[in-house]
Amino acid sequence: MAGLMSRFTTLFKVKANTMLDKAEDPGQTLDYSYQQQLEMLQKVKRGVADVVTAKKRLQLQTAKLEESVVKLDGQARQALAGNREDLARTALERKALIQGQLQGLDTQISALEQQQQNLVDQERRLSAKVESFRTQKEVVKAQYSAAEAQVRIGEATTGLGEEMSDVGLALQRAQDKTEQMQARAAAVNELVDTGAIDDLTAPAGSDLDAQIAALTAGNQVDAEMAKLRAEVGSGTPAPEIGQGAAEPAESQEESK
Amino acid sequence: MTVVRILGSGQFRLDDGDVGRLNDLDNAVAAAVAAGDAAAFGQTFGALIAHVREHGAAVADGEIVTSDHVLPAEDTTLDEAREAFSGEGAIPG
Repeated sequence: MAGLMSRFTTLFKVKANTMLDKAEDPGQTLDYSYQQQLEMLQKVKRGVADVVTAKKRLQLQTAKLEESVVKLDGQARQALAGNREDLARTALERKALIQGQLQGLDTQISALEQQQQNLVDQERRLSAKVESFRTQKEVVKAQYSAAEAQVRIGEATTGLGEEMSDVGLALQRAQDKTEQMQARAAAVNELVDTGAIDDLTAPAGSDLDAQIAALTAGNQVDAEMAKLRAEVGSGTPAPEIGQGAAEPAESQEESK
Repeated sequence: MTVVRILGSGQFRLDDGDVGRLNDLDNAVAAAVAAGDAAAFGQTFGALIAHVREHGAAVADGEIVTSDHVLPAEDTTLDEAREAFSGEGAIPG
C-alpha cells in the first residue's frame, strides 16, 4: 500500500489543477487568476462570518437551556413540597435531559471556535499570498508581453491554485460541520417548542426523546429525588419555593 | 528542502534529512489505515503531523510556493483516510 501522503498529494494536486481554469485568452489569464483569488478571499470572509453566526446561535441556545434547568429545578421542589412526586420526577427527568444537551452544546461551541480560528489563519495566509501575486503580476506585466509574463509567474499561479484549493476544502469542512450542528440545534429547539421540556402538564413520556433520556437519566433522578426528599422532609426550607411560579403550588394545596 | 502542506494549517519547509523519517511515519499511517485500526491511526497520524510541525519551518504568509507533499487536515478521521485509498474522492468539494 502506498503511503497516505503520496495518495493525498496526488488527489490534492489533481484538484488544485482544476481550480486553475484558464481564461480563453492567455494574455488575460493573470488578471483572471487574480480575480478568482479575490473571490476566494471573499468566500473565506463569508465562511468566517457564517461560523461566528452559528456559534452565537449555539451560545444563545445554551443560555436558554440553562434557564430551563433552573426553572425545572424550582418546579421539582415545588412539586415535591406539594406531594406531587410524579410531577417532581418528570421535572427532574427533563432537567437531566437538558443537562445532557448542554454538554453536547459545549463541545460543539469549542469545535466551532477552533474552526473559526483555522479559517481566520487561512484567510490571513491567502490574503498575504494574493497581495504578493498582485505585485508580481504588475511587475512582470510592465516588463514582458502578456504571454511571457504568464510563463514568468507560472509557479506563483500554481502555488496560489494550491492555496485556493486548501482554503476551498476548509470552507467545505466548516460548512459541513456547521450544518450538522444546526440540525442538532434545531432538534433541541423542537424538543423545547413541542413542550417536552417546559410543559409539565403534558402527559409524562409523551415524547420519545424524553423517554429514551429517562432510561439513562433514571439514576441521576433517583439520587436527586433522595436529596430533595431529605431536604424537604427534614423541614429545611427550599429557597426556590415561592419564587416565580407560585400559582401551581397554591392550587395543589387547595386540591388537597 | 522539501515543502509539505498540512491542509488547513499551511506549508512547512523540511530539511531533506527529516524527510526519511517523514516517509517512515507515513508508512505507519498507511498500515494503520489498512488494518482499520482507529487507535493506531490516531497515534501514527498524530506523530506524522507533529513531525512536520516540529522539524519544519512555516512558510511565510506572503510566500508562494508549490508543495512537494500534501497531508490531510489534522482532524482527519480513519474513515476519511480510508476513502483516500479507496479512490472515492477523499477530497470533497
